[in-house]
Amino acid sequence: MGGYGDVQLLRDDGLRLDGRKLDESRPVTIQAGILPAADGSAMVTHGLNVAVAAVYGPMEAHPRKIQRQDRAVIDVRYNMAPFSTSDRIRPGFNRRSREISKVTAEALESVVLVERFPRSKIRVEIEILAAEAGTRCAGITAASVALADAGIPMRDMIVGVASGKIEDTVVLDLDKAEDNYGQADLPAGILPNTGEIAFLQMDGDLSPEEFDLAMEYNFKAAKEIHEIMVDALKARYEGGDN
Amino acid sequence: MSQGRSGAEQRLVTPGMAIGSLSGMRVGSGAVTHNGEIIATKLGWVREFNGTISVDPISSPYLPRSGDLVIGTVAEVRNNLWFMNINGSFQGLLPMSLAPWKVEFGQARQHMNVGDSALARVQEVDECHNVVLTMKGVGLRRLSQGAVVEVPVNHLDRIRGANNANLDRMKDVSDCRIIVGENGRVWVDGDDMGIAWAREALEIAKEHGHKEGFDSMMKQHEKKLAKKGDA
Repeated sequence: MGGYGDVQLLRDDGLRLDGRKLDESRPVTIQAGILPAADGSAMVTHGLNVAVAAVYGPMEAHPRKIQRQDRAVIDVRYNMAPFSTSDRIRPGFNRRSREISKVTAEALESVVLVERFPRSKIRVEIEILAAEAGTRCAGITAASVALADAGIPMRDMIVGVASGKIEDTVVLDLDKAEDNYGQADLPAGILPNTGEIAFLQMDGDLSPEEFDLAMEYNFKAAKEIHEIMVDALKARYEGGDN
Repeated sequence: MSQGRSGAEQRLVTPGMAIGSLSGMRVGSGAVTHNGEIIATKLGWVREFNGTISVDPISSPYLPRSGDLVIGTVAEVRNNLWFMNINGSFQGLLPMSLAPWKVEFGQARQHMNVGDSALARVQEVDECHNVVLTMKGVGLRRLSQGAVVEVPVNHLDRIRGANNANLDRMKDVSDCRIIVGENGRVWVDGDDMGIAWAREALEIAKEHGHKEGFDSMMKQHEKKLAKKGDA
């Protein structure tokens, strides 16, 4: 991030390389309940990202040393498929996937009513099938739709969104080129109904003003994506009355 | 679930959605309060009944309650107890003293082995979700024939219908014995054709149990067996 000053990321007409406006998100589609074996599942496409999330449980937490007597633990496994990028990724855990699994689990623990399921474990598997910058956000969005689909009680759903800075300009939802050659990236997990922030990370530097603008973009995008999440869940149960 | 419906007020909500204000309303299941508002915590239909606002979830895990009739499968056997899978987060424990047989210490396996199904009742659930089962009671027994089908827990009310009307109808049409466990497992026993028909009927309940056209779908399915019988 940063350090490639001569790469042009904004066109002369002020739009971005793929023709988006500064505060325009990539197209998002969401489908709930795609895996018959899972208790809840979802697939999110965010631009060229494809994330699939599956939720199993609540089940008895194993091994017993991870059990908490007063609440459930959320076990998140984020993984990128070897074929998800143009360079093959070595299968298995790595430093990055461990970090993302951890921050995702902590974000989800803040919304799931974990105290309802003492000594239990809720398993969340996130698989990235195609990657184009912003996979952790797509993964979190997929995970919260899958949790809702599984009937796990939650205070709110988390929407994963990101803003960043390219050529000293704050933009919403970085794509691959903008992520690689940009100056900052600010992914956030937002609770759209309460306006709380469940997770926040920053790569690169933003001034306080730029940060405020980036968060404003994030909140705007979260609202839009939340509507798509709700529609996806409703579409799954279309025709239902009670 | 089918009782107390208030027609036009039915609406599908997702977790986090505000479903009403606290003034004069009590908070039921599937909802919490936040800043004076009632918030849905599950994906489901809002229900207002007797001043209580709650959410009927579309899908939910089975949470055992004492007194529930459940269909369990033996997962582990010890010298003096069985661990049963009851489709919940935790295994249920069936001690030798609550089995319907006189069991000698170390002989538990001869009465029920791993993989066997049994009809049991939940005796006790403690705050840590430990479940104790009993098989002492009328009709509680090992299930040595028939088939066990799993259905979503929240569709059980639709499968049973008001006053068990749907279930009785299913029993009549298929000429099968059918027992519905609270844990989302249904035991069906009868002739092959009846079992096959009942399994298909439960499959319909699994897929379409939450839909408005469920009852008409079941009626259509009933005609199928009648046709087969004629041929």
